[in-house]
Amino acid sequence: MTAGAIASNFDSARPTISKHLQILTECELVEQQQKGREIYYHLNAKKMKTVADFIEPFRKMWDDRFNRLESVMKNYKPKK
Amino acid sequence: MEQKTKIHAEDGKQEMVITREFDLPLELLFRAYEEPGIVEQWMGTKVLKLESKNHGSYQFETTDPKGNKHRFNGAIHELSPNRKIIRTFEMENTPFGVQLEVLEFEKLTEETSKLNMHVIYESVAQRDQILKLPFVQGINWAHNRLQEIAGKLKPS
Repeated sequence: MTAGAIASNFDSARPTISKHLQILTECELVEQQQKGREIYYHLNAKKMKTVADFIEPFRKMWDDRFNRLESVMKNYKPKK
Repeated sequence: MEQKTKIHAEDGKQEMVITREFDLPLELLFRAYEEPGIVEQWMGTKVLKLESKNHGSYQFETTDPKGNKHRFNGAIHELSPNRKIIRTFEMENTPFGVQLEVLEFEKLTEETSKLNMHVIYESVAQRDQILKLPFVQGINWAHNRLQEIAGKLKPS
């Protein structure tokens, strides 16, 4: 996507979007590709995954816990 | 596949939101938080004390694989049945401080419900440290396994 196409999805001013894209590029979360006069931005899925992975073990811990809660309660016989 | 448990932790903020949808009626979900015997089963902890009421308190104890005991405790600020629990949480003898937890229970259908857990930490650094714990533990575990395996590879 071009910066213009990305910006059209947000309410923020164009320079703000450019600044965000610049930072995302620096972090390698997006990649730039020059095509003629336009610069196209691509998601760097691999890098995105690294960032997400950092929280993943924490999420997994809660997910396991809640799965246990669910199965315990499914076998629960309410005392009426 | 859509993940059932979601974590939302924005950069630079001292809070985090954990959400989860359950295939359980709201009443059963709430009961899992109220009754000591049930908490023990799904949290895998021993419940030393759990006063499920406004201005109550609780204390849990877990035993790690090495046999070390860890205690957690907190005060229950508010408990509104099938609706809300506001409580604090602290791991005893650790530098992680106290966190404030706001748990909201919501009915989706007769058979499903949702939990929204808003956790507020004393600082951004403290939140990030706690967020990293299972990650760090995972790495340590991997290192230990590596050492164990490497230990068996001694040249004969």
